[in-house]
Amino acid sequence: MTLLEIHEPGETPLPHAGEGSLAVGIDLGTTNSVVAIARDGKPAALHDEAGRAMVPSVVAYPSAGGVLVGDAARLLMAEQPRAVVASVKRLMGRGAADLQAVAGVLPYEIEPGSGETDMVKLRVGGKARSPVEISAEILKTLRRRAEDALEKAVERAVITVPAYFDDAARTATRDAARVAGLEVLRLVNEPTAAALAYGLDKGAEGLYAVYDLGGGTFDFSLLRLEKGVFQVLATGGDAALGGDDFDRAIAERLLAERKKDGLVDRLDEAAVKTALALARQMKEQLSERDQTSGRLEIAGVPSFHALTRPEFETMIGHHVARTLDIARHVLADAAMAAPDVQGVVLVGGSTRVPLVRAEVARLIGKPPLTDIDPDEVVALGAALQAEALTGGSDTLLLDVTPLSLGLETMGGIVEKVVPRNTPIPVQLAQDFTTYQDGQTAMAIHVVQGEREMVADCRSLARFELSGIPPMTAGAARIRVSFAVDADGLLTVSAEERTTGTAQRIEVKPSYGLSHEDMADMLYDSLENAEADMTQRLLTEARVEGRRNLLALDAALTKDGALLDAAERAALDAGRTRLETAIAGDDREEINAAAEALESLSKPFAERRMDRGIREALAGLSVKELESRVGE
Amino acid sequence: MDHFARLGLPAALDLEPAALDRAYFALQRQWHPDRFVTKPASERARASLEAAALNDAYRTLKDPLSRAVYLAELRGVVLPGDGKTIDDPDLLMEAIEAREELHEAGTAQAVEALAARARAVMAKSLGDLGGLLLQDDKPAIRKALLRLRYLDKFAEEARARRTNLERAKA
Repeated sequence: MTLLEIHEPGETPLPHAGEGSLAVGIDLGTTNSVVAIARDGKPAALHDEAGRAMVPSVVAYPSAGGVLVGDAARLLMAEQPRAVVASVKRLMGRGAADLQAVAGVLPYEIEPGSGETDMVKLRVGGKARSPVEISAEILKTLRRRAEDALEKAVERAVITVPAYFDDAARTATRDAARVAGLEVLRLVNEPTAAALAYGLDKGAEGLYAVYDLGGGTFDFSLLRLEKGVFQVLATGGDAALGGDDFDRAIAERLLAERKKDGLVDRLDEAAVKTALALARQMKEQLSERDQTSGRLEIAGVPSFHALTRPEFETMIGHHVARTLDIARHVLADAAMAAPDVQGVVLVGGSTRVPLVRAEVARLIGKPPLTDIDPDEVVALGAALQAEALTGGSDTLLLDVTPLSLGLETMGGIVEKVVPRNTPIPVQLAQDFTTYQDGQTAMAIHVVQGEREMVADCRSLARFELSGIPPMTAGAARIRVSFAVDADGLLTVSAEERTTGTAQRIEVKPSYGLSHEDMADMLYDSLENAEADMTQRLLTEARVEGRRNLLALDAALTKDGALLDAAERAALDAGRTRLETAIAGDDREEINAAAEALESLSKPFAERRMDRGIREALAGLSVKELESRVGE
Repeated sequence: MDHFARLGLPAALDLEPAALDRAYFALQRQWHPDRFVTKPASERARASLEAAALNDAYRTLKDPLSRAVYLAELRGVVLPGDGKTIDDPDLLMEAIEAREELHEAGTAQAVEALAARARAVMAKSLGDLGGLLLQDDKPAIRKALLRLRYLDKFAEEARARRTNLERAKA
């Protein structure tokens, strides 16, 4: 079988003996990163001299040379903005086409010409650098911190990724670790890691939910914890929803208040950033008290603002409602109801907002669990898993695919091969067939997403299976296999099974979509399921109709002489009716025309059979024959 | 090896969910790739295949309808591919009528009532299937499974419609 490697699972360096070296857990976050170690089942985050666990995920390449990471890099932002990169996680595995979504938000300078078929590169400090090497600098800093704290070499790590992270982003994360000299023992989903921390450290058992609201992303997962087994039942999220939206809501209000007071501001980037900074401050204060105030100065003109907690809560109410909406869908996916949930774990800084806590408590009917610091819980879970993987343990972590994987079929319909929430590792195959007589090649298009139509899903890879021996339409058996490994990485393979001829196939992974788009796709699929179904049924009717026409034409070319002029005219009229119907949008008419043509062609089919062409028709009408070979 | 044998379970329609979980967890403890992280590549590849096969078995047997379809296929009942035209005239009539009802249901409650009815019929048909399997009545098994598959799809469509109606209201 020819393996098409989008990823090369075998490429991971073999775990070397590793004696003396320790395995750590790393939460490589968009805003902050944390490294932790577990010993004898006790996890602890590793701190710097100042006692801080969090390292800001900011990297600077100062003009004086060298690389700065963390607070030092952030301090350089005002002075040398073009030498500093923040939130690089958003670009992991992304191509040029993805950048439209983040272009206005983040101060990235994109290296011209990069990202067409590969990952995009940034121009930082006068040099083109990939997100992988920039992330690697953060990982190197975390590794050094761990080695300093533990006074031992650190060469292996469990690294966490958002549950919705796609294939390209997961691969990029692995690559970054490799650049940093770390062997990735496993990529673990962030919500799963958080559950692990609660399950192992706090001994939680039963059905648990993880509500993870970060700066720019939201994840909700449902897990069953029992006797050392962590089974993810369902997961969902929205990558364009987080604390940043809360900041924006406050900032907009501040600017509107200035306008109402007659102040005319030129809203350049600096003005917006100043307003956002104050907004963030006010938001954080409102987690502690009922009201706050602040002074905003734009272009030397100051203004004074007050905000109460109820006002703030009204502003962010719809965002919080949306997270609850997603949570309900995840519950439904797992066929569970809120009262079934034993406890809900809060992850991410944005879960400090009292409204979030209150609403989550109301949904689940229990106060949320916060006894582990929401900023550290993911790294702690990763550290526990690192210890389990290297030291041997009875813990079993069963995770799932966050998004469905499938193939494009006739008419741009997605045929799902691996549905979302399928336990991994997984290996599933589907058979496809040729559409036309003598077809020797087949385009295979791998997509990720929940929608019915290819155009609404993310394209992961395209390749062509060529060298199919010429056969009649529908005779070839092309088996496409999907394998998702325990890291959530996909490998696709294809072979023609009637001849078993192995074909060499080239795959170009495409990085065509942003996280935001992915989350939107998932959300849209819930909203559009009904319209999608209608569209799918129409397209299926059309495809089936076209197949009937092709089969009829082939039969007429070969055995047209069996018909007299009147019969031929009737068949032609039926053929025209079906053709016209396919051009229209009326599914009922397409089906009716197809059925009419089928009964018209029955005598013809029987006569062909009588002439001893049993193998060709095997006693079936054109439509039945088609549906049989099409299976 | 069929899915039942792989999990060491009797090939039966009735399967205690807890028994399925127990068998699956025990075998995954043995074969999950996490157990093989520090092992040579060949052993890791083997474990990955075993774990994938276990996941496939578990997923197929966990859902009662997919378990029933799988069991029937083991007994030699051939079902058309998913999404093929319905060839049973009674079922076709039932489907057309139900679709009309769903289309006309204007409230989430009305849609939910239809979905509940479909689920109730499904539960009963699944119960009846046990007897048909015992009698090895292949045509009847086939007919029952096609109807179950249709009802499952209908329940799914009803869920989508209900979500839409609720969203429109909110």
